[in-house]
Amino acid sequence: MPTFSRGFHGRRVDVDPARVPPGQYVTRDFPVLSAGPTPHTPLDEWSMTISGAVDQPVSWPWEEFLALPSETVTVDIHCVTKWSKLDTTWTGVSIDTLLDGVETEAGYVTAWCDGGYTTNLPLEDLIDGRAWIAYEYGGERLEPVHGGPARLLVPHLYFWKSAKWVRGLELREDDEPGFWEAYGYHNYGDPWKEQRYQGD
Amino acid sequence: MAPTPIAWQLATVRDVLVETPHAKTLVLDVPGWTGHLAGQHVDIRLTAPDGYQTERSYSIASPPEDAALALTVERLDDGEVSPYLTDELGPGDELELRGPIGGYFVWRAQDGGPLLLVAGGSGLVPLMAMVRHRAARSSTVDTRLLLSARSSGDVLYHDELARRAAGDGLAVHRTFTREPPAGWCGFARRVDADMLSQVGPPPSQRPRIFVCGPTPFVERAADLLVGLGHDTAAIHLERFGPTGGERS
Repeated sequence: MPTFSRGFHGRRVDVDPARVPPGQYVTRDFPVLSAGPTPHTPLDEWSMTISGAVDQPVSWPWEEFLALPSETVTVDIHCVTKWSKLDTTWTGVSIDTLLDGVETEAGYVTAWCDGGYTTNLPLEDLIDGRAWIAYEYGGERLEPVHGGPARLLVPHLYFWKSAKWVRGLELREDDEPGFWEAYGYHNYGDPWKEQRYQGD
Repeated sequence: MAPTPIAWQLATVRDVLVETPHAKTLVLDVPGWTGHLAGQHVDIRLTAPDGYQTERSYSIASPPEDAALALTVERLDDGEVSPYLTDELGPGDELELRGPIGGYFVWRAQDGGPLLLVAGGSGLVPLMAMVRHRAARSSTVDTRLLLSARSSGDVLYHDELARRAAGDGLAVHRTFTREPPAGWCGFARRVDADMLSQVGPPPSQRPRIFVCGPTPFVERAADLLVGLGHDTAAIHLERFGPTGGERS
């Protein structure tokens, strides 16, 4: 039985409510959540690395990464700070492409980033066309404040899992909480189950 | 062992304090509140008669030592939730909330200092919880607070800050970006490197730094602090609002 808020009527925006997870509101802005300063890594020092429980780590410098087959996807994104943004368009490299030919027993992944940020995900959430390393947003280069030059994009989970400034994926056999996960945020973060914080 | 959920609970509004023409403080009684740390926030949930619900996060302004929980809310004219909180709620009303949330943007007196607190507008709220916690614990940690506001009418907690700055190692600096008060001879510009150097403490003293405000304000301040040589790991940020748009 919900507690009604006396005098509150709310302001529904003109979107299909089935696209908005519980507790979220739709924004046209693009707010930012991050804990520390925005890193500015020069592109000639940038690379994307797959490491950990793999036979052979593999790494792509920026130019080689851009030359990989890319995909453009339009998805809804949901931040744990309550905003959702619908129909956002991103271009990047599918994780399936990066893992093509990689043999692993790993069940989990730690995404690690410039600036020291990490986040953890089950490997199965990153494959089968559900996750990308994105370097364009809305047809433009991804701005540093939003995670550029490249960020992880995992739209079916709360957006802190879509790590900004990502530099590598470490494949792991065990699950290690990342930055926000160690500060009490949910380990998995499904917005449709409102898994914001530990215990949700 | 599954962690315990942070449960929704019913708070009762004890008092509503007018802080500025655009901001009010809700003083809440929260039975069974488990306590919080200075810098943490709560989630608020509102429910309309048809069952529609929406949630927002608000920083806690009160120190852990206070019996009541204080939230200072800036009224956003086009907001869905803040006008309800500032205009509609009154003493005796109930409000659903859960928390405390967040464990990174926090300061405990035993963490020590020196401290550099940088606030853009209502970004002062969680930093005020730190200032109040510091006072409640009789801490004399060297603390510099730099507050950027559009005009003197936008400054939260003006009298309290003036009183607290009178003693014991707390220095309060203000800068006004639009309309400084008459006769003002302090900073009257956006935060810049020179201002941050003057406010101190210098990077050599390795201050713990907390910056809160609108996203462009925080981005700029953080870049300046990194440029001055502060340790990025010591710079704690809390941003709110959109990335673009107007910013004083």
